[in-house]
Amino acid sequence: MMGWLPVALLAVPLLGALLLLISPALLRPVLRGYGLAFSGVTLALAVVLAATFDYAQAARPQLTVDQPWIPGLGLRFHLGVDGISLPLVVLTALLTFLCFAYLSWGDARAPGQLLTPATGRPRALVFTLLVLEVGMIGTFLALDLLLFFVFFEVVLIPMYFLIAIWGGKGRRGASIKFILYTLLGSVVMLLGLLLIWAQTGTLDIVALSQAHGAGMSRGVQVLAFAAVGIGLAVKTPMWPLHTWLPDAHTEAPTVGSVLLAGVLLKMGTYGFARIAIPILPEGAVVIAPWLGALAVVGIVYGSLACLAQRDLKRMIAYSSVGHMGFVLLGFATLTTVGINGALFANVAHGLITGLLFFLAGAIKERYGTADMPSLGGGMLAILPHLGAVLTFAAIASLGIPGLAGFWGEMLALLGAFQPAAALPRGLFLVFMAIGGLGAVLTAAYFLVMLSRVTHGRPARPALSLAATHPAPAVAVAGPEETGSGAAESQPEELGAGAAESQPEEFGAAEPWPEEGRRPAEVIETEPSAPKAEAMRDIRGYELVAWVPLIVLILLFGLWPKLLLSLTTPAVQTLLGALS
Amino acid sequence: MIQQIHFFVIAPPLVLALAAGLVLLLDAFLPAGRRTTVGLGLVSLAGVLIALGFVVAQAARGGRTLATFCVPDALARATGASGPAGGQEAAGGTGLCSFVADRFTLIFAGLVLVAAVVIVLMSMTELAGGGIPVGEWYFLLLCTLVGAVTLPASRDLIMLVVALELVSLPVFALTALKRYDGRSSEAAIKLFLVSVVSTAIMLFGVSLLYGVTGSVHLSRIAAVLSGASPPPVAFAPTLEAAHGLPAVVTVGVVLVAAGFGFKIAAVPFHAWAPDVYQGAPIPVAALLSVISKAAGFAGLILLLVTALAGQATTWSPIIAIVAALTMTAGNLLAMRQRSAVRLLAWSSVAQSGYILAPIAVASRPGASGDALLSGAVGASVAYLVIYAAMNLGAFAVVMTVSRTATRNELDDYRGLAFRSPVAALALAFCLICLAGLPPGLAGLFAKIVVFRELVDGGSGWLAVVMAVNTVIGLYYYVLWAGRLFTPTPAVTAARRPFPATWVAAGLAVALAVVFSVAPQLVLDLATASG
Repeated sequence: MMGWLPVALLAVPLLGALLLLISPALLRPVLRGYGLAFSGVTLALAVVLAATFDYAQAARPQLTVDQPWIPGLGLRFHLGVDGISLPLVVLTALLTFLCFAYLSWGDARAPGQLLTPATGRPRALVFTLLVLEVGMIGTFLALDLLLFFVFFEVVLIPMYFLIAIWGGKGRRGASIKFILYTLLGSVVMLLGLLLIWAQTGTLDIVALSQAHGAGMSRGVQVLAFAAVGIGLAVKTPMWPLHTWLPDAHTEAPTVGSVLLAGVLLKMGTYGFARIAIPILPEGAVVIAPWLGALAVVGIVYGSLACLAQRDLKRMIAYSSVGHMGFVLLGFATLTTVGINGALFANVAHGLITGLLFFLAGAIKERYGTADMPSLGGGMLAILPHLGAVLTFAAIASLGIPGLAGFWGEMLALLGAFQPAAALPRGLFLVFMAIGGLGAVLTAAYFLVMLSRVTHGRPARPALSLAATHPAPAVAVAGPEETGSGAAESQPEELGAGAAESQPEEFGAAEPWPEEGRRPAEVIETEPSAPKAEAMRDIRGYELVAWVPLIVLILLFGLWPKLLLSLTTPAVQTLLGALS
Repeated sequence: MIQQIHFFVIAPPLVLALAAGLVLLLDAFLPAGRRTTVGLGLVSLAGVLIALGFVVAQAARGGRTLATFCVPDALARATGASGPAGGQEAAGGTGLCSFVADRFTLIFAGLVLVAAVVIVLMSMTELAGGGIPVGEWYFLLLCTLVGAVTLPASRDLIMLVVALELVSLPVFALTALKRYDGRSSEAAIKLFLVSVVSTAIMLFGVSLLYGVTGSVHLSRIAAVLSGASPPPVAFAPTLEAAHGLPAVVTVGVVLVAAGFGFKIAAVPFHAWAPDVYQGAPIPVAALLSVISKAAGFAGLILLLVTALAGQATTWSPIIAIVAALTMTAGNLLAMRQRSAVRLLAWSSVAQSGYILAPIAVASRPGASGDALLSGAVGASVAYLVIYAAMNLGAFAVVMTVSRTATRNELDDYRGLAFRSPVAALALAFCLICLAGLPPGLAGLFAKIVVFRELVDGGSGWLAVVMAVNTVIGLYYYVLWAGRLFTPTPAVTAARRPFPATWVAAGLAVALAVVFSVAPQLVLDLATASG
């Protein structure tokens, strides 16, 4: 009876995009409110969806629509939500709305707000984001294999343009890498899906999940799981297939990074929970140890890579690899606990990393760079509120109990302690140990980041001084306005402390005495790098976008049952034969 | 014995032929001038539309399959044909008829004629520029269409070859009509040589097949080769010598397949495509890439699936390998192109590979019944129909750009979105369709249909090759599409192109959009009778 709701969730942003295409001139004056309004309505619909959802029956798909679309392909327009997809749908609608709020709140003239004709081509941006929203929500609602695939693909083109048009300097390469990589993955996934179809004769996810792999031999299941898994792993991204991610994140504009980390990565992990594990249980049992192994490699690799980064956005991007490793490890355990943890970590990562990318974008706008040594530390003194929120987000991301980041990782590791009966326990104990090590490393790089950026003496962006002072210590301290006495000792102290942890950066900073030999990025950003006094702390539009995320991180951290009670029954159903 | 001709059945080619004659006459007697140029275009357009009307009428009539030019009963029995032969309306083509208007024919005829509407509209723009003789142009164009409409209806080897030549010959002249243009002449010579060679090869294959089976009718060839029907006495020793089939049949099959390989620009007979596409006027390039290619595929499918179904073990692997090579070579070479038309040429080679792929699994064991338009062939046809719409759309937009940028390189498209947003959006849509990504759902579903047949037919390796190729293809399509939206410092004022091109582009893109929203239309057409 409420079947119109999922359709409306897709129709509203689509309508918004189409209207924009049809009558551009008419809508130009109201463009700022336009995207906000449409994504707001979508969010409202998502809230209504969450309100009408029958929580007593979270295991089965509700509010379903099932219409034939292309009988020739057996493709049905089959939508619905259950406990697994509901949080993700709401998360998507929320993040998109917050992105629009960030873009258009207030006067919309700040650097990161792209909705001004001079910087941003606002109409195209609103159009792109609305189409992106259709694809993202559709992926989480689809209950038909091919329909899932179609929505999975819908996001590619808008995201490509988002990076290629509004991105940073390396946008061209990054966007091409992004789209080719993900398309290669999804074509392989398509072959896997078609293999499932060829063996079972149906594309209905609900029916296939209930069949628990009946009708497919073990070999076919393994093959299909591998094919589907590769496609999803590229999107997730899993360790050896992650290399598109750092570039895409670094070059994407703030809203692009937020949606990429907050939602697009979730589409990959969601696919494991929705398709790969329930439909191909035998294949899952065979491949799970491999999945777990790659997941823990990803955790450790991501953390180590983060330690070596000097660009804030890149570091957060690599931290996603690590966090997604926990999610995949949770799935690999094939237990209710582990998968619950994975789904929880999924949502938590969306909230926390979304916030982190918002913050990284804000920092980049203020300092003109996201290069951590150039930021120079002392943010808590210069921009106390921004620094505080950054500290909060970093601590949430490293998994402090009481915040959302904790529960997912804890449950994933707990799942690895007691994996499904069919899996080798000893191996998973090793995974758990390595994963635990990764959690420590995660804490390490976030704390290093905080010590570099938020703590220490306030310093002007060092690059304006680097030209005159060739000494390495200058790169972290600019003693000019901080007074004489303190400034004498400060550079050495900081320089010594920092030099231990980041010798590479200083190696790179040393040969910069002349203008011409600096990396291109620094040269270009330097003239616009504002002075510390000129920088403003958190502004209204940023607060609007960030506060809901902060509240939700706290809420899920303190009250995890809110989410877990939703996913548990659905997970128990999907594991079916295994548990 | 008087041959009864069923004129309703042959109305579409007949109307086109009459229109061709009329155009030539009008051109001779009307004063040369702008109004005549437009008038002749409209006459051709009317001819195409009337022919299309007949095709629709035949399709709407339903009921039994129409056929004409049949071998009379008495004669058929005398030569040992089985089944209730003859008559004007043979059911399901059991009789020996040369011209059959079944579902397969009607789909191809409809595809060709709708594409022809777009191409005639594009021609009107091309000819408005002057420098090309108008009457000859439309005459040759309509002659090609006669061949292209006749070819899918042909059910004997002679008719097939004649129709195929009728498609090819006027195209050389069309290519060369841009007089005093070196590139154009070169293209015409290349096309001529390649085509003549391919025809010779094919004729040799055809003669071998005829020599072995003693019949030119496709259905009878199939019957003789499968042993269901005794070979004619004079030929019996050949077939009986080594129980089953002599090697000469294999040679014939390979030669015929190679001959058609030239027409559809399949590897290793693909090298002519880019030079010819680039040298020819753009409407001719569009014609080559859609109508000529559709005719080639129609002939190939007819021969392989109808006449040589029993020989599938011979040609299936060949077709599969050729398909894999074609898509790979086309895509790899397209990546290196700077000229828009050359890129489209290589991309159309690659697309040929995708269309060819399902034919490789067309006659796997188990696929029985009406072989034409069975699942796999249906997938090919569906892909061809969708490909026609999106490729024509791309060509039409490329043509509008070529009015302002004569070199027509990819860099000329930089910032098109700011100069001419509608054209840019249309081109971007067509390119993304060709790449096979949403929102170009038509291309995506076409690929899914093909993938499905391949996976279902057990050719997993071919599916994987095609998957990799899809990604390679995406690279250049998306780069081109991205270029459209890159701002340029210098904005050149766009000249208004002739309105007919807009109609042409609009029609093609509208079809692509319709196929995107409701791909079922195409799938119904192509597979329902399977």
